[in-house]
Amino acid sequence: MKMTDIDILSDRKRQINKAGTEGLAMECEKHSLAGAVSQRACVFCGSRVVLYPVTDALHLIHGPIGCAAYTWDIRGALSSGPQLHRMSFSTDLREMDVIHGGENKLYKSLIELIDKYNPKAAFVYSTCVVGVIGDDVASVCARVKREKGIPVIAVHSEGFKGSKKDGYKAACDALLNLVGTLPVDTIPRLSVNILGDFNIAGESWIIKNYYEKMGIRVVSTITGDARVKDIMQAHGASLNIVQCSGSMTWLAQQMESNYGIPYIRASYFGIEDTAKALYDVADFFDDPELTDRARKLVRCEVEKVIPQIKRYSEALRGKKAAVYVGGAFKAFSLIKSLRMLNMDTVVVGSQTGNKSDYEVLKAMCNKGTIIVDDANTLELARFILEKDVDLFIGGVKERPIAYKLGVGFCDHNHERKIALAGFEGMVNFSREVFNTVTSPVWKFVPRRQTKKEVYFD
Amino acid sequence: MLLRHTSEKIQERKALTINPAKTCQPIGAMYAALGIHGCMPHSHGSQGCCSYHRSTLTRHYKEPVMSGTSSFTEGASVFGGQANLVQAIDNLFTIYDPQVIAVHTTCLSETIGDDIPQIVSKAKDSGKVPEGKHVIHCNTPSYVGSHVTGYANMVKAMVTYFAQNSGDKNETINLICGWVEPSDMREIKRLSQMLNTQIILFPDTSNVLDAPQTGKLQFYPKGGTTVDQLTKAGDSKYSIGLGKFSTEDAAKEMDSRCGVPFSVLDVPIGLSATDRFIMEMAKVTGNKIPDEITDERGRLVDMITDMQQYLYGKRVALWGDPDTIIPLTEFLVDLEMKPVYIVSGTPGKYFEKRITEIAGDRVEGLKVKGGSCADMFLMHQWIKNEPVDLLIGNTYGKYIARDEDIPLLRMGFPIMDRVGHSCFPRVGYNGSMRILEGILGCLMDRLDRDAPEESFELVM
Ligand code: SF4
Ligand code: SF4
Repeated sequence: MKMTDIDILSDRKRQINKAGTEGLAMECEKHSLAGAVSQRACVFCGSRVVLYPVTDALHLIHGPIGCAAYTWDIRGALSSGPQLHRMSFSTDLREMDVIHGGENKLYKSLIELIDKYNPKAAFVYSTCVVGVIGDDVASVCARVKREKGIPVIAVHSEGFKGSKKDGYKAACDALLNLVGTLPVDTIPRLSVNILGDFNIAGESWIIKNYYEKMGIRVVSTITGDARVKDIMQAHGASLNIVQCSGSMTWLAQQMESNYGIPYIRASYFGIEDTAKALYDVADFFDDPELTDRARKLVRCEVEKVIPQIKRYSEALRGKKAAVYVGGAFKAFSLIKSLRMLNMDTVVVGSQTGNKSDYEVLKAMCNKGTIIVDDANTLELARFILEKDVDLFIGGVKERPIAYKLGVGFCDHNHERKIALAGFEGMVNFSREVFNTVTSPVWKFVPRRQTKKEVYFD
Repeated sequence: MLLRHTSEKIQERKALTINPAKTCQPIGAMYAALGIHGCMPHSHGSQGCCSYHRSTLTRHYKEPVMSGTSSFTEGASVFGGQANLVQAIDNLFTIYDPQVIAVHTTCLSETIGDDIPQIVSKAKDSGKVPEGKHVIHCNTPSYVGSHVTGYANMVKAMVTYFAQNSGDKNETINLICGWVEPSDMREIKRLSQMLNTQIILFPDTSNVLDAPQTGKLQFYPKGGTTVDQLTKAGDSKYSIGLGKFSTEDAAKEMDSRCGVPFSVLDVPIGLSATDRFIMEMAKVTGNKIPDEITDERGRLVDMITDMQQYLYGKRVALWGDPDTIIPLTEFLVDLEMKPVYIVSGTPGKYFEKRITEIAGDRVEGLKVKGGSCADMFLMHQWIKNEPVDLLIGNTYGKYIARDEDIPLLRMGFPIMDRVGHSCFPRVGYNGSMRILEGILGCLMDRLDRDAPEESFELVM
């Protein structure tokens, strides 16, 4: 079977689109087609990744062992203090539990764990099987909460009930159980919550640092390096800044209607978007001194990083990139950042984008750019070949695909080891892209070797 | 101090598993299925499980891992997944053109009770399975067994679906391979060739999950046991299962379906287990053991005797899958080391019994636990109470290694933070030399690091 001969699954035709073409609205937010080798995950996965960085909470996974094993410390969400979130706790349901129900086991596990670890709160995730056998997780949680006096929150994350995005919502609902439960008298007016950054490679720290330099108090980071107590006071902040739009918009909306806290969207990938985020926040508070401090901060940082980026962008002129990431907002920023590096984005896709996201993408991209929702392995490989890209930006399952085809790769998911957010993140990003795209190893890959006679075939 | 949360005091736990030393059935079924040439594994359940299984295999093997999923929705989990699976079979054959689709279930489809053979025959009746193509299946509910059980179930399915006794017996030996690395499977084939033995090895992930860089993304790399070989396996003279947990069921199935007698040995890891494998091969074929193999053995023994002083009495903790830990324990005992703590999350009484047989008399203070609540947390607690000199196991041991400052030799599944495991064998005499090299490297690096200035030496 040759990759280039392959037709797109006919049921998926409307999930693939090209920039610069008229009509044909993008179809998205669909379930993956049965039989497609989808790159997508489940509701549980969505809740787990969002709540995972709440570092002083207990995370207990109610279900058979696998769901817990696969999510044991897979997200490099760094903590400046407690590490409880990195432990893997599972009720490890066995056959008898599936037949007779697992409520008792869940209750015992919770009590054992809370006694042992004294967590500030507990999250209990229901996985598929629990949904099917019908355990009343909420009532077990309520009972333990009464007995132990800490918030014990049921996260309704049965995998089959939707896709990863529904898991984000379940996570937000869980967090809403915490928000608003502590008094907030001492919080100043210049205060924000950072929503939707998970402190991969310490990125929340970078962002928090900017705001603090501007004189803004960060009440809570949800959920990068988060503490339960801060989340309980999050309603005291004046503004919510939402980064990962897919995951946290729901929380921001709820906080707006429950506590009257407005929110803005932001992205910290790339210089343009980082600067814009800081200015937007300053504008919100409408305080000339604050705006001035923001301006100074941006100028100082940009002066520092531009010369460093320049080196890389000169070498990267005209190279082509494919971007396939979870959220569409990240895709926007990446396209801009790549542009700053003189690179063209010729393929772009997301797992969770909605219609309006795709309209924005279509408008942003050059004519002919392939735009795709919920791509599968085969399509991704096909697009890489068709557009002859030099770089692929994606997550864990895409990495070996790129490498097999002899294409540079940059992880923009949770296996990132260096921070890509903020101004310094842009330097890291540029360096990483430069290193992989211009690496000499590609000349050893038969498909991309230039002087054929030198190598075997 | 990641695992500062581990307490020293060991309490009997009833309900809870903390930091598991196992994972779930489907991932094993997926790995085994990849050892069939031209096979597309298929996960019948919601897409999350499939995504996790693929990610984990990808992290370990650093290769693309393909698998279909039935993408269950709420509807499917109430009304059953028949429509999804039929559609999936259709799509997979149309788009990805595999020779075989190997379906395994997940907890979800098991719990709602989907009848896979019935659904598959429905797909066949409606013409969704092209001529000459196959759909096989096994049941892999994760609330029973572990990833090893899933592997065993899929290996057994290979026999159930393909093996045929044509009445024309031949001299071939079936080697049914337990869960080891692609490199190990390659090594087993090399040894068989040296023994002049015609074999059918299944499953065989060499050249599938260690495929060379060709600049192409191949859905079906050239490796894997072919359907033809699996079919012919029914005509073989004898089967040898390597690893009781992962292959005994398949060997028995082969015997009862096709009348192929069998024996089940340990995976040939370490000196004694390799000896038994080689002897058994020689016995069933009547072939002489060639000098090259004797020489390989001699080199291993030589290395052991040369380095014996560094090994003697060293305390080791190990965890992972029973089929690899059992022979590894034996090897450590052969080396005069003390494998004191041994844990495997995979349930099965045989494990504790066999380990006790091997090490009970020779290792004072031996602690072994398999199955429920046998996890890394317990292992860590034991170590906290009385430390060891060396850890051997998968990546998850790195937390203990760091917290307790004990060297770790990575071996087992999954290894997500190092390379080499899928490229260099650890079975056979040569593979055992590599294990030994690894052990000595860990211990001697440690000696060097900790040596006071006056006893730090060039030659060791
Ligand atoms: S639901 Fe079952 S099959 Fe799926 S990941 Fe969890 S344990 Fe494994
Ligand atoms: S069982 Fe359900 S919750 Fe667990 S990984 Fe699979 S789809 Fe997700």
